[in-house]
Amino acid sequence: MSMIKRNRIALIFLLVALMAPLFTDNQYYLYIVTLSFIWTIAVYGMNLIGGYTGQLSLAHAGFFAIGAYSLGLLTVDANVPYWFAFVLACLITTVVGFFVGLIALRTKEHFFAIYTLCVGYIIYLVIYQWDELTGGVRGLIGVPPPSPIGPISFESAESNYYLVLAFLVLVFVFMKFLTESLIGRTYVAIRNSEELAQTIGINTMRQKLVSFVISTFLAGLAGALYASFVRFLGPEISYTMTTFDMLTYLIVGGIGTLYGPLVGTFLIVTITQSLQFMEEYRMLIFGPLLVFLVIFYPRGIVGGIQMWKAKRQFKKRQKMKRTSSTSTHEGGD
Amino acid sequence: MLIETTGLTKAFGGLTAVDDVDVGIEEGKITAIIGPNGAGKSTLFNVISGFHSSTNGKITFNGEDITKKKAFNIAKLGIARTFQTTNLFEQATVMDNVVIGHRLRTKSGVFDALLQTPRLKREERACREKAEEVLTFVGLQKESDRLVSDISQEAKKRAAFAVALATDPKIVFLDEPAAGVNPEETGGLVALMRKMVNNGLTVCLIEHKMQMIMELADHIVVLNQGKKIAEGTPEEIQNNDTVIQAYLGGGEEAADAH
Ligand SMILES: Nc1ncnc2c1ncn2[C@@H]1O[C@H](COP(=O)(O)OP(=O)(O)O)[C@@H](O)[C@H]1O
Ligand SMILES: [Mg+2]
Repeated sequence: MSMIKRNRIALIFLLVALMAPLFTDNQYYLYIVTLSFIWTIAVYGMNLIGGYTGQLSLAHAGFFAIGAYSLGLLTVDANVPYWFAFVLACLITTVVGFFVGLIALRTKEHFFAIYTLCVGYIIYLVIYQWDELTGGVRGLIGVPPPSPIGPISFESAESNYYLVLAFLVLVFVFMKFLTESLIGRTYVAIRNSEELAQTIGINTMRQKLVSFVISTFLAGLAGALYASFVRFLGPEISYTMTTFDMLTYLIVGGIGTLYGPLVGTFLIVTITQSLQFMEEYRMLIFGPLLVFLVIFYPRGIVGGIQMWKAKRQFKKRQKMKRTSSTSTHEGGD
Repeated sequence: MLIETTGLTKAFGGLTAVDDVDVGIEEGKITAIIGPNGAGKSTLFNVISGFHSSTNGKITFNGEDITKKKAFNIAKLGIARTFQTTNLFEQATVMDNVVIGHRLRTKSGVFDALLQTPRLKREERACREKAEEVLTFVGLQKESDRLVSDISQEAKKRAAFAVALATDPKIVFLDEPAAGVNPEETGGLVALMRKMVNNGLTVCLIEHKMQMIMELADHIVVLNQGKKIAEGTPEEIQNNDTVIQAYLGGGEEAADAH
């Protein structure tokens, strides 16, 4: 009972998501929502290392693309069975993530952001230039859909939607377990002050590396899902703009919050689609919105809601204190 | 001696912040490091706690050479410290800040979180109990659910002590624990340091408040321009000519410079 109550927001989201396909016959809507779920998984990766651990990685579109291209190449060129290729794609991304992290994490803060930005760009260049392997600008065509699991096949839009949703639920639960545990607190301690974290005995380098590797795994997982959902890959998915799109989702939703990636990605992806007619001019709306958010709500929509709730609770408690006891509390500074 | 440095030297480029310093910190005692601003006191702490690598010399803890050890490993051995400016996480509660102090005594990793293992649950409980214990010890049990940004400067100092104590240390290094705290509250912090020693801890502190040092410390080490110029009991230091000249005598000068 209490478990249901504590997680009621997540459960409401889940219920709505489970029933959504019943309310619309419009395949296009379903396609957009599925796509936003896929990006959400990648944004969760970015959130773990950037939001919780405090090391903003700008290479995540690159890792997303490594996952996507690995799956595409393994299935199209190497004829590896789909689910085996799927696992391999995640694994390849994670291994690359490990080695990139090993070097990149020697830098800190904005140097880390710049370093990973360069790594991301190099990944883009490799995909773009290595024609024989990746198809270069022409892209990679004909990535197969996920092969059936037992009796369930993934040909229809609905089945793909539910497959992606299942992965998203798993990722969400994992993130919830992780960030609310002692391990998540360790990451937050590093974000707060790496100096302090070290002096209380935390091997910050190792913790950051683990966090970074998980974050690249999530990006790779999202990439693999993307490849077999969209079924065509071009180098632009690894381009710097993609990373900044992901960063926008994260900042709007709420960096360092559990629900931020979910809310931000869904909102921006769907709004972007409905503003498609404005083409590049839609940045005229997003630009100021982003500036507004960063200034007034640095923890995004979800952070804003949390702050509002905390304030309300605080007021309630103050009121209770005033009516129930006479003891006064010293005011802080 | 619990901690002993021999010929310890730390140079930043051309500046030798700690210059050939030999100090011994006796177990169960209060040792104070004093000296004018820029004397190298904080740097000495930084080098002992593994935060900066030393340029030269040796540091031992219980006879074990810890000169080359990393900060987090030194913390695991039982050497805790606070910083001159408290760097607590202001947007979190006191409890949340302190809970993580015990993390170094736990083993859970990502897979424990993924599988929600009994070990993780047990260790999370242990961290919480430890935090409650040390918050009670420093007298902050009532403040434990308040945000750090909401509590007084003195309470922040106590919270920083609590974080250090949660690591289960044998010795704590306190860098100017009473700075920015009014005189009445300083008395409370002095009592707290005494209480730490009475509970079997060893305390080493840097402090500017002379009166406080003279009544609190068992042993005083005086640094000036990176060099140790004297050490001894409070009486010996008060009557030491070199100290009076270099430090106490030049008191106004040091204060002006500050
Ligand atoms: N990280 C650093 N890099 C360069 N110089 C430093 C560093 N830390 C301290 N110093 C210098 O070392 C000298 C001693 O500083 P410090 O140990 O902080 O003195 P204090 O005795 O006031 O704590 C000062 O001249 C300071 O400028
Ligand atoms: Mg200092």
